[in-house]
Amino acid sequence: MAKRKTRRQQIVDLAVLAPLDWIDERTGAVRGTKWFLFRNVPRDVSWAQTLGFATLIAFLTQTLTGAILAMYYKPDPNSAYESIEHITNDLTLGWLVRGMHRWGASVFVILLFLHMGRVFLFGAYKYPRELQWITGVLLLATGMLMGFTGYLLPWDQTAYWATVVGINLNGTAPFAGPWLAQFLSSGPEIGGDTLAKWYALHMLLLPGAIFALIGVHLYLVTRLGVVSPPWSKEQAGRERPVAEPTGARAGLVRRGTEGGAK
Amino acid sequence: MSNPRHDTPHSSGPSLWPIGFAIGVACLLLGLVLSWMIAVLGAVLAIAFGLLWARDVTRDVRGDVPEIAPETRVVADELAPGAVPQHKPLPAYPRSKFLEASLIGLTGAMGAVLTLPVLGFMVLPSFTNIDEDEVDLGPLDNFPEGEYVIATYLKDPAQGEVTRRTAFVRNNGQSEAGDPSFTILYSRCVHLGCPVQPNGPIDEERRIELKNAALLPVLAQSFGCPCHGGLYDAEGNRTAGPPVRSLDRYTFSIRNGRLILGELFAVGSVSGTGANARISRYPWSTPGVHVDGVEAWLYPIVPSQVTG
Repeated sequence: MAKRKTRRQQIVDLAVLAPLDWIDERTGAVRGTKWFLFRNVPRDVSWAQTLGFATLIAFLTQTLTGAILAMYYKPDPNSAYESIEHITNDLTLGWLVRGMHRWGASVFVILLFLHMGRVFLFGAYKYPRELQWITGVLLLATGMLMGFTGYLLPWDQTAYWATVVGINLNGTAPFAGPWLAQFLSSGPEIGGDTLAKWYALHMLLLPGAIFALIGVHLYLVTRLGVVSPPWSKEQAGRERPVAEPTGARAGLVRRGTEGGAK
Repeated sequence: MSNPRHDTPHSSGPSLWPIGFAIGVACLLLGLVLSWMIAVLGAVLAIAFGLLWARDVTRDVRGDVPEIAPETRVVADELAPGAVPQHKPLPAYPRSKFLEASLIGLTGAMGAVLTLPVLGFMVLPSFTNIDEDEVDLGPLDNFPEGEYVIATYLKDPAQGEVTRRTAFVRNNGQSEAGDPSFTILYSRCVHLGCPVQPNGPIDEERRIELKNAALLPVLAQSFGCPCHGGLYDAEGNRTAGPPVRSLDRYTFSIRNGRLILGELFAVGSVSGTGANARISRYPWSTPGVHVDGVEAWLYPIVPSQVTG
């Protein structure tokens, strides 16, 4: 005879599992989440493999703080600087959110480079992960463009002249350079339409591109798994001394059979 | 197949039609800026080569027609008793293939109709909507002979301070031909566009306010850029630092005894001074872009040549 469920199990079934089943049956969301998150990883992963996720969190922080800042920022040449001053000096917590966005931008770019360095040094760009590397390079380029376009928005002297120099640097590219520069500054030089254009690039086009690229990048990570580091003994086929984690990590790591990502 | 050994299906070799198509599209885009004649030519080229290309690409598909027996009804009186009906299979184009092609084609066309004007709106105004307002710097008496005057003005007063520009104006007196001569340098450094400063004391007391401009006499025989150390002499020639040409200059005109600023042009170099200066003039281009020498080959067409 089947064991009777306890009352607690019945409540859990009714309140949690039943709705989840209902959703999963119709969308596959629960199975999808499990596929995405509950993956086996090689046992010799380290903190180095968390850099990509850290970059993602930095980007999501930028998205959130940026969306909120956009509620107070005015992308107009005659009021942009004042609106930034207003955010920083007058509005409650404005200094904090603007600071998060401003310093978070540097954190994001630094983490991008650290993550890229990790992938390079671990050889994690090799077959079959070439497209992960390529989407990563595109993410790096769009991320740098985010920095470039965002730098103009405070509309102070530093922002203005740094952007003048940046645009004219682009302008020295052979053949297409002067055309690119004129497109970026909406005319021969920075004028009334430039700020709004850069705001739109910074707020809408580039984040859209980054989101799409992150989607592809993460799909590939999930599909292909995490790489063991190059010095992995298990990957090399050598047996490691059995050392089960102890303390708080006890039971968290499952020993691989032949090592490496399966 | 004539040669039985070559009976594996193969795709056709590359053709030149895509290149013609690309040239047509390029002509069309250039024509949108230059003149409608070139645009029409480009459109015709693009359509013609596009059709040829499409015809080329779909040759295998069109050739590979499955043989489907047409639905025919045997008409009784045509069928002589004992005769075997002769069914010649007619070439047929299956409905599924037609629907697939028309769906892809129509969606592509609709997508192009929707996105091309939008992309054009993103790119073209930067090249087509360039205001060429002339700037009035007031009577000629404002400019003492042989002395530089800093003129700051709003290029487009409606847009506000963002269009403030600075020129350095020097009255050279009369040229040998007896015409009035002015040296009018643009303050943008031709290294990367920072604001060049006159190296000398500014005479604040002789400041002159005009409607959309202000004039400030300055005692300067050279100009320096604060960003990367570019230095220019009184004619705008580079004397030190990274600039790649001489300072940009304005054309000017004199109307009713008032100095009117015209358009900007780029200067390769200047020999001689003042009214006797020989200026190698080029279409205006982005700072940092070479206008003369071998490096200028890297910039065969710059926007100001197209937009005028």
